Amino acid sequence: MAWNSAVLLLIILSSFITGLVIFFLPDDRIRLRTTLNLTGATSKLLLIGFIMWGVHQETVFEWRLPLLLGIDFFIHADALSILFGSLSAGLWFLTTVYAVGYLEGSPDRSRFFGFFSVCVSATTGIALAGNLFTFVIFYELLTISTYPLVVHRGTKEALRAGQSYLGYTLGGGAVLLVGVVWLYVLAGRVDFTVAGSLPDLIEKQPASLKIIFVLLIAGLGVKAALVPLHGWLPQAMIAPAPVSALLHAVAVVKAGAFGIVRVVYDVYGVKGLAALGLMNPLAMVASFTIVYGSLCALAQSDLKRRLAFSTVSQVSYIVLGTATFGPVATVGGLVHLIHQGLMKITLFFCAGNYAETLGIHKINELAGVGRRMPWSTAAFTISALGMIGVPPTAGFVSKWFLGTGAVDAGQYWVLGVLLLSSLLNAMYFLPIVFIAWFREPAGPWPEDRKFGRWETHWMLLAPPLTTAALVLAAGLFANSPFSPLQWVRLIAFREYGL
Amino acid sequence: MLPLVCALGAFMVPRAGRWLTLVAAAGLSLITWDMARVALSHGAQRYPLAGWGAPLGIELYADGAAVLMLALTVTVMGSVSLYAGEYFSSKHRHQNGSAHEGRAVFFWPLWLFLWCGLNALFLSADIFNLYVTLELVGLAAVTLAALEGGPGALLAATRYLLVSLLASFCFLLGVAVLYAGAATLDIELLRQSMTPGPLAWAGVSFMVTGLLIKTAVFPVHFWLPPAHAQASTPVSAVLSALVVKASFYLLFRLWFDLFSAVAKPPSAEFLASLGAAAVIWGSIQALRQERLKLLVAYSTVAQVGYLLLAIPLVHATNDSSGWAGCFYWALSHGCAKAAMFLAAGNLLWAAGHDRIAELGGAAKQLGLSMFAFLLAAVSLAGLPPSGGFIAKWLLLSASLASGQWEKAVVLVLGGLLTAAYSVRVLRQAFVPATASEQPPRPVPRLLEWIAVSLSLLALLLGFYANPIVRLLQVGAPRAGQAFTGGL
Repeated sequence: MAWNSAVLLLIILSSFITGLVIFFLPDDRIRLRTTLNLTGATSKLLLIGFIMWGVHQETVFEWRLPLLLGIDFFIHADALSILFGSLSAGLWFLTTVYAVGYLEGSPDRSRFFGFFSVCVSATTGIALAGNLFTFVIFYELLTISTYPLVVHRGTKEALRAGQSYLGYTLGGGAVLLVGVVWLYVLAGRVDFTVAGSLPDLIEKQPASLKIIFVLLIAGLGVKAALVPLHGWLPQAMIAPAPVSALLHAVAVVKAGAFGIVRVVYDVYGVKGLAALGLMNPLAMVASFTIVYGSLCALAQSDLKRRLAFSTVSQVSYIVLGTATFGPVATVGGLVHLIHQGLMKITLFFCAGNYAETLGIHKINELAGVGRRMPWSTAAFTISALGMIGVPPTAGFVSKWFLGTGAVDAGQYWVLGVLLLSSLLNAMYFLPIVFIAWFREPAGPWPEDRKFGRWETHWMLLAPPLTTAALVLAAGLFANSPFSPLQWVRLIAFREYGL
Repeated sequence: MLPLVCALGAFMVPRAGRWLTLVAAAGLSLITWDMARVALSHGAQRYPLAGWGAPLGIELYADGAAVLMLALTVTVMGSVSLYAGEYFSSKHRHQNGSAHEGRAVFFWPLWLFLWCGLNALFLSADIFNLYVTLELVGLAAVTLAALEGGPGALLAATRYLLVSLLASFCFLLGVAVLYAGAATLDIELLRQSMTPGPLAWAGVSFMVTGLLIKTAVFPVHFWLPPAHAQASTPVSAVLSALVVKASFYLLFRLWFDLFSAVAKPPSAEFLASLGAAAVIWGSIQALRQERLKLLVAYSTVAQVGYLLLAIPLVHATNDSSGWAGCFYWALSHGCAKAAMFLAAGNLLWAAGHDRIAELGGAAKQLGLSMFAFLLAAVSLAGLPPSGGFIAKWLLLSASLASGQWEKAVVLVLGGLLTAAYSVRVLRQAFVPATASEQPPRPVPRLLEWIAVSLSLLALLLGFYANPIVRLLQVGAPRAGQAFTGGL
């Protein structure tokens, strides 16, 4: 048992300690820093793999530290933690490789990688948090540790973006805190338990619980970028590409979405929420966000901003799946947590590659880039198709389950939302792909940097290729054991008691 | 017995002041540790001085809150003493421009007097002694603030002196009125003879007014920012972290102990509204400051507001979350604010000025100090993981449990404002230095590390809450019967 608890701590500490050590390294110790980073990332990945196996075998992993009058600092590993934890550990590894290549030669790298590691620890903490109290701790730690990453460049725009980011997220955090404290006052303790931990209270105090739910979702919705709380996300695009990738695919946005999933499934329970009549309003908010985000994305001419609004829209699929009653929709929503992460991080890696290698930021500058950088563009294309939901990519699997789940639940309007948004997705992704492959380049490419035999630095190229391959694999081999889909089924079955 | 150790040190040879102070710190921390142990196992303790008990002799009284305040004093005074030793040491005299060596002669005795006064104040069990110690603390603090010299500091210190005397006078008047009514000064005996009536009312309101002025509560806070901002770094750290807390501690103590017959929720509500106003007003002022030390000083004005906000929460909750939250706030604010002032002092040392907009270069150079500032800000804003978060959690749950919504709103809003003004400083670490800036001067590593360790302490308070909260319950009002925690 002791070993099982130690593993959990090690998972969080593997990146945290790395981060602390890195703070004290001088900027020019590149090799040592990279070694540390990769060691941390690899060990985290291995540890997650270990507990993944354990959770599959129904081993209990948990660790408690009594902190305050009956409130514990409590971390545990259940199937849902593993889902999010493995996503963050895997993508952290790739993003680290990418970031090392991306930031080569720029100043303040120690500070950057230090906060980068702390940020990942916070994400892992969010994944492993076993009650709302612990969740809030890591949730705020995430806010604090991402701020330095967003303003890393120190320019005026970066500072402004940082300010708006902090304003939104700290505000959301405060609302969340009020909701959580209130819930603790009512319930005494709020451990995450499958199918909800508040069945008695839902009967006794429905009114308070409704308000608390609104507070919680509002607090979490800021990070999950639910409209109208999404304003910070497009601005935060000013951050360096690896940060945007991490923000959109793993850390911040997903933390919000994951929090909503936790609140719905493990605090209130779907049945409890349905009894309170709160599922539909949440689904409506999510649907509105999906459509609105896509419409905004259409209007952007800057590549990263278009991707940002696409995130706003895509993350709400997770919420939508969560808020639709029934195991199939649950599967669709949760599996999108992983799939969206894989696809979005690929897109951002590629956008970063274009910017870093050729100085491209606008969509119409992409003309002909397919011939100059075929590998990156291929990865981009696969993920873009995935976002639209074309088979056999991962995105198709998500949408399939969301759609059938909606039919199962008898909510046909959700199907309409899905169709409309897929159409919009196609409208804003296909032109990019078309321009990149088929349009003639406007002029010769700048050739001032040499990258050997690859189209760009290999550390920038390997991560997107890997994730693009994963996007395909998650779609093609969706039925093999330990694929995201199979894992999510496990969660859904446990939640609905099937 | 405690103050004696200090007083002895103060009379020693001035040159040895630095080392004697450290010896005193070591001794005091041992004693405090022992008292904490005793209080935890045997409950609140009364120590008659020289064998004479009340009502004739002087008695000392130590419950959980008192012991913790002592511990805070030892921690902050101890580490700031280390800081001051380096800060005033002759090695750096040429760098600081003025003749610090000469001042150091006065600094250490005064410093120890202040310490002695604080300790005595936290332990006193009769209101006349409280007055004496309050005066001792006030005078030592004023003189320390004046030590920096220069017209600005002297003006601020003079104002501080006048305000402080006025406040003491109010307090003494109140004491006299009560004495006239009851003919005793021991807190326990006085409380028993206290009956609501015009006499008691007058006495209580005089005393409360005096204490409010000393604590720099909102409408009467005007003296604090200049005095704290003009003093030298170690002095401002201690003024903000401890001295303000001392008079607040008295207020809180007397309110729930001596005044309990007279002090009722409506008047507590009034104090809380002052507190709420302080939180908002102080934070807004802090947001508007151009100079770093003034910003930190206004932040103290705001943070003291939280403490007052907690008073009706203690009235309303029958577990001790309000009481514990309030003192937890005092503890973590003590550590965090001291760390913040020390970090600000380091920036000032490096840059030679404290105009926030031009600190880019210095902030880049002093990574450690900025780190300390960050951690301190996290705690002050009540973000996890930190002592401030635990305190905020306790206060929030007290206010939500008793249905006092407006207080929850103020708590949350205050936290956000704190984050906002802290970010104004923190973001300088990311800005490239402006062309007009002087290259930053090197700051001794020790100074940076002391700031970091104090801020780490504020952080650790977020992980070690249970024993401290249990200690706070020793002697807390209305604790015990309804209390279900404690695992």
